[in-house]
Amino acid sequence: MSAVDLGMPSLPHAPRGVGHLRGDRSFPDAARESLRDGQLRANLGHATSTIRAKRKAVVDEVPDWAELREAGRAIKAATMARLDEHLVALEEQVTARGGTVHWARDAEEANEIVIRLVQATGTDEVVKVKSMATQEIGLNEALEAAGIAAHETDLAELIVQLGEDTPSHILVPAIHKNRAEIREIFLRTMPQFQEQGVDADLTDEPRRLAMAARAHLRERFLRARVAISGANFAVAETGTLAVVESEGNGRMCLTLPRTLITVMGIEKVVPTWRDLEVFLQLLPRSSTGERMNPYTSLWAGVTPGDGPQEFHLVLVDNGRTAVLADEVGRAALHCIRCSACLNVCPVYERAGGHAYGSVYPGPIGAVLSPQLTGVEDNASLPYASSLCGACYDVCPVAIDIPSILVHLRAEHVEAQERTTPEAVAFRALAKAMSTPRLWRLAQRAAGLGRLLSRGKPTLPAALPPPASKWTRTRDLPTPPRETFTQQWVRERGR
Amino acid sequence: MKVALFATCLVDTMVPQVATATAVLLERLGHDVVVPPGQSCCGQMHVNTGYRREAVPIVANHVRAFAGALSSGVEAIVAPSGSCVASIHHQQAMVARRAGDHALADDAAALADRTYELSQFLVDVLGVTDVGAYYPHRVTYHPTCHSLRMLRVGDRPLQLLRAVRGLDLVELPAADQCCGFGGTFAVKNAETSTAMLTDKMANVLSTHAEVCTAGDASCLMHIGGGLSRLRAGTRTVHLAEILASTEEAVTPRQSTSPAVPR
Amino acid sequence: MSAREEILGRIRTALGEHRAPVPDIVRGYRTADGRPTTELLDVLVDRLEDYKATVVRCLADEVAGTVATALQAALGAHSHGDVVVAPGLPAEWRPDGAVEDDGRPAVALAEHAATVTGVTVAVADTGTLVLDGSPRCGRRALSLLPDCLVCVVTSDQVVGGVPEGLARLDPRAPLTLISGPSATSDIELQRVEGVHGPRTLVVVLVT
Repeated sequence: MSAVDLGMPSLPHAPRGVGHLRGDRSFPDAARESLRDGQLRANLGHATSTIRAKRKAVVDEVPDWAELREAGRAIKAATMARLDEHLVALEEQVTARGGTVHWARDAEEANEIVIRLVQATGTDEVVKVKSMATQEIGLNEALEAAGIAAHETDLAELIVQLGEDTPSHILVPAIHKNRAEIREIFLRTMPQFQEQGVDADLTDEPRRLAMAARAHLRERFLRARVAISGANFAVAETGTLAVVESEGNGRMCLTLPRTLITVMGIEKVVPTWRDLEVFLQLLPRSSTGERMNPYTSLWAGVTPGDGPQEFHLVLVDNGRTAVLADEVGRAALHCIRCSACLNVCPVYERAGGHAYGSVYPGPIGAVLSPQLTGVEDNASLPYASSLCGACYDVCPVAIDIPSILVHLRAEHVEAQERTTPEAVAFRALAKAMSTPRLWRLAQRAAGLGRLLSRGKPTLPAALPPPASKWTRTRDLPTPPRETFTQQWVRERGR
Repeated sequence: MKVALFATCLVDTMVPQVATATAVLLERLGHDVVVPPGQSCCGQMHVNTGYRREAVPIVANHVRAFAGALSSGVEAIVAPSGSCVASIHHQQAMVARRAGDHALADDAAALADRTYELSQFLVDVLGVTDVGAYYPHRVTYHPTCHSLRMLRVGDRPLQLLRAVRGLDLVELPAADQCCGFGGTFAVKNAETSTAMLTDKMANVLSTHAEVCTAGDASCLMHIGGGLSRLRAGTRTVHLAEILASTEEAVTPRQSTSPAVPR
Repeated sequence: MSAREEILGRIRTALGEHRAPVPDIVRGYRTADGRPTTELLDVLVDRLEDYKATVVRCLADEVAGTVATALQAALGAHSHGDVVVAPGLPAEWRPDGAVEDDGRPAVALAEHAATVTGVTVAVADTGTLVLDGSPRCGRRALSLLPDCLVCVVTSDQVVGGVPEGLARLDPRAPLTLISGPSATSDIELQRVEGVHGPRTLVVVLVT
């Protein structure tokens, strides 16, 4: 037991049975299926390479990117160091400007609060801006169970909702679908096309598909009385909330309905207005590869005669304080949800977002989901990475994701109550590697592997597990007759 | 300069010719090479798989093996591996400190300051890019992730390769993409690893190179194992082996034959 | 215990009794701009056009005519009555026949074909126009519902980068940052201009 582990406070994780942070399969099992899906692989490869190139171009043109990134990292670290104080300040400011602040310990409590607020308005439908927090807590399902219809209005979220699918990317939840598949979903589910039947005038041109979504949602925006959003940032100093978007669906939701309910994780607070000058530069270039996203809405409380006249802010913990308690892992809370790490991740690009079993896929998901749920509920995720480090390089707030992955692997190993065969092997190997005499014996034993090869340059493909996991697709060279150090001593005598 | 060679556990056990080539190269450049006895592993595989407590005695063994060398006049420790050197720089002191062994952490950090990956040692410490090598083959270079992103070796290996006489260097498309090795990742997520490997091999094969080289024997064993399984004919050769080759002697014990002959 | 008290208590537990000092924030990035206004205007135009916005430059006494011409190009000849302007838009900027937003229910604004507003600040490097809900900019729904948005920008409103832009704003105002027309990249990550917000953005730059 290390000194650091002693006294580590145990804080509640995100509860089971609600929300979308846990998959029903391990990552390797889920990935097995997606790896065989040629269409998915093609869609992901095309989309991620497109966005990687765009991001690189707009990041390379910023001469002070490194300074912005360092400032972004530092602001987040400073925020977490006094998170309670910033949240209290935020509450005070929002309340002073006519908003109401609610606190939710977990997903269930957050859902209850939102349902109660919607019911109080007397409506049975809401429009929604894309929000990771509300996906995380399973708000749509909770609303539905309470008899409230939730209409997603972001194009990709709409595609996912109409296709009865689940999101597979933080920024572009329908990244796994191509234009032809999206056309098929729209034709099948949008009333405007069902009426026209097979003659429906819809091509798979992205512009036509976007216009179909515009027509589909227009009337819903105009009649909506309640909107639900997330928040990209909340400024403690001024009570300003920010939603960053592209399509204008966010503006529709944030502007037209009488009541606005914003659900955000407690880690989204930033201390000062000035801090936004950093994040509003880092986020758009990292996420959509644009110099600036088309629309950013900022509001503080209620403005008479302009926008919603009733504003509720729901602050959600749902395991975040447990993440905060881990000195190494807490940097995962710095994430601004740009998804640059997904787009560069070679594992994400091939396995796809669904394999992660959580609304947070990709590298950031592999460190965030297990911490929110407790590592044992997502034990395969920290291993879903080759530790290539591409995610760390592109992260606009410099989250050292590989180091957190390695840390969580250790947390998992150290949480095992029963000794696993793997642990036996690693302990034996550690013993050998720390005792020169035993190490020489172990090397000699490995050299005996050459007997299996019967003079061939590679070992047979049919080896017992776990070696078979390697040899199923890769040859393993036959071990040499002599190790380097043996040979050196033989030739040089030292 | 007196240089201690850290062979690394994988090279020592599985591909000794890489360490031999490193020693031959450094001696040819006029340096005195010692191989401290008792060396085994940097501990990276344990740390990266989650056995960071178990890694502590491995780190201690590494420190024991090399601390003596430093006190007997060794000025630098060189290893033919970006990954192991990255672990020495970024992980050894951390795991020791976490386990509460601050003396070990300090010693490990001091050793790390003197430990170099081969291409960094040649270019930054010795200041050479032309090591007098001759290698008449068409070669493509894969920058391994840890040398690229943790050690930031940048184009040093390419500078070295460009100076090799007879060598036809061809650019590897999507070179900075991981080959899918990732230590135990290759076994724990064997299928995703294979998918990554397939794309790496496709890029390697698209260059029509005879040889794919890199600064890490582990990644080369992965790429080479895949190419060999496909009977692709393209072989993997460590950077040290190329740099050790001369007109007089294709590196002693260098594997210039295809991974799977005939 | 209330959820508020419990969450705040959890944070205090997580951070421990002896809190580490707050790490320093080094703001080494650019916060000022030495470029002359003419250069900033060129950068702004370049960025706006990159977003597929239409940019027209004119002199101070040509605004109304330029706006009218731009509207005609965007909407066709018979659209004067469909134009709604921000209540504080200067009289000399208003095209003939335009109506003023009189605070009718926001959704009623959707019946108009075009809107004309001013801006508070424009950020050249990112091609961003900021509307702050003031009479010259109008309420948020005004620049959202009509399908064509015309923004009049004066050269003294143009700054170089985001930090200079935000420094000019009131954080308590309802702010909208607009960078080009509405767009989406949700289909194969290819940008398509014009989804829910105005599909046409015209910027009249007064120089």
